Amino acid sequence: MSSSRENPSSTLLLVGAWLWVGLPLAYGLYRLFLNAAKLFV
Amino acid sequence: MRDTPFVSNGASRTLCQHEQECCAACNTEASGLNVVARVRLPYDRSVRVLVTVGDKVGFLARERQVAPPGWNRWLVPPAALAIHLSIGQAYAWSVFKTPLEKSLGITGTQSALPFQLGIVMLGLSAAVLGTTVERRGPRWAMLMSLLAFCSGLLISAVGVWAGMYWVVVVGYGLVGGIGLGIGYISPVSTLIKWFPDRPGMATGIAIMGFGGGALIASPWSTSMLTAFGSTTSGIGQAFLVHGIAYAVFMSLGVLLIRLPSPEFTAQKEALLKDRPKAGVAHNVSANNAIRTPQFWLLWVVLCFNVTAGIGILEKAAPMLVDFFKESSTPVAATAATGFVALLSAANMAGRFVWSSTSDVVGRKNIYRLYLGVGALLYLVLLTLGSTSTPLFVIAAMVILSFYGAGFATVPAYLRDLFGTYQVGAIHGRLLTAWSVAGVLGPLIVNAIADAGKKAGHTGPDLYATSFYIMIALLVVGFIANELIRPVDPRFHEPEAVVRAQEPAGSGDDGTAAKWNEAEAADAAEEQDAEGVVKK
Repeated sequence: MSSSRENPSSTLLLVGAWLWVGLPLAYGLYRLFLNAAKLFV
Repeated sequence: MRDTPFVSNGASRTLCQHEQECCAACNTEASGLNVVARVRLPYDRSVRVLVTVGDKVGFLARERQVAPPGWNRWLVPPAALAIHLSIGQAYAWSVFKTPLEKSLGITGTQSALPFQLGIVMLGLSAAVLGTTVERRGPRWAMLMSLLAFCSGLLISAVGVWAGMYWVVVVGYGLVGGIGLGIGYISPVSTLIKWFPDRPGMATGIAIMGFGGGALIASPWSTSMLTAFGSTTSGIGQAFLVHGIAYAVFMSLGVLLIRLPSPEFTAQKEALLKDRPKAGVAHNVSANNAIRTPQFWLLWVVLCFNVTAGIGILEKAAPMLVDFFKESSTPVAATAATGFVALLSAANMAGRFVWSSTSDVVGRKNIYRLYLGVGALLYLVLLTLGSTSTPLFVIAAMVILSFYGAGFATVPAYLRDLFGTYQVGAIHGRLLTAWSVAGVLGPLIVNAIADAGKKAGHTGPDLYATSFYIMIALLVVGFIANELIRPVDPRFHEPEAVVRAQEPAGSGDDGTAAKWNEAEAADAAEEQDAEGVVKK
């Protein structure tokens, strides 16, 4: 639930926070799927 | 209300006549001091509560952690993930094992010690410090986790450089392990409070991060060791960079975490309107929770569910190779590493998917699935596993998804049973089940596989006995879950005591009343022989 008083800076904060944790996780998942692919070759 | 002198700064003052609002009403006079107040309860009952007032100075003060108006609750999951993705590095410890063995001349058993001690300390520190984490708030807990976890890595760097392996064990295992325990429970109760309508999903996101942490750390640490070299100098540098990088990464959690504001608490009713069953009307303290059969039944459920998952996780790669060794389609060792990666993905995905599903189908039903279907899948592996590689892989993946989901769903289950009052502390105590399972699971699987090899067994026969044991454990867990009933109302906390813990306000004018350790001693005076507050 976000407040009606939400402003652009808080949206920026939200996007930045999710990118902060999302990018390393995406890197980890990418490496994981490279490894998992070995099962099918 | 009986007139009760309250103590301020050690001096006995005037009598308090303010009934339930006495603490807030006396704030002006007693700002910054500890006050013992008697809170009046219905039916002529009362409890003495020690509150700290005026403690609003400092970044870590609990009232400074309260969200300002308009704070978006979706900022809380990334704060939690910043901590869990970092401390999840513990599961990638194996990357350091071989380099440490070669550079310091230690055995495989010795190189596993930092991780093992870390997991034991995780359970112990979560159990012992849970109440403190609850009282001090999530920002304090996340900062302590950052300091302990990253100090552990830096101490390890010094230990490797000095060639003193015991320093690595103490640094990573003991100091870092305390950081693991505090960090693991730090966001749990806050997430549950922000997402009363979807507690399973909220804790699922955070605890998925703990699984995801290894996925990030494993390739990252490997690249670093390749760059710096697997010598003592290189390993030390890798630990140093880890310590600094994780401190920066975790600081997002410390800066971003917020407790729900009074404004949000007012909005909670609207959130729960569509989910009438999602609300919990009662609260149980951590001390009372461990006196209930529900806590111990759930302890058994978690312990056995984790043990069953470890049954596969511990021997995943050799298990797949052994199962299909004599078939027409044997599995190569390199392909088996892909299988381990798939299991990690299933473990992580299960934490989010199944825990979120529990918000819809209910906690008891979802554990029926984890334990009941888990047992059936072990049976499938036993009887049909060696006939088809895809069947084996899929069954093992689903079992591992249940393993991860067991961790992720349990905070929401605790919240359903015991309320949000001290759910973080109760969760901390429940994690001792993980410590036990972490020792029990590998012991069972390795001992039976070794004994099987000595007896000349090959292929699937090597694992048959341990699979039967896993099925038995899951059945016992299933029965324990069936026996869980709502907590007896005699264990419920009075509303006034629960309210005394909540920060009073979000703004500068808020003078907070905090639940204090000393409260427990005061309240104990009012308790009956079973430790339950008299009604």
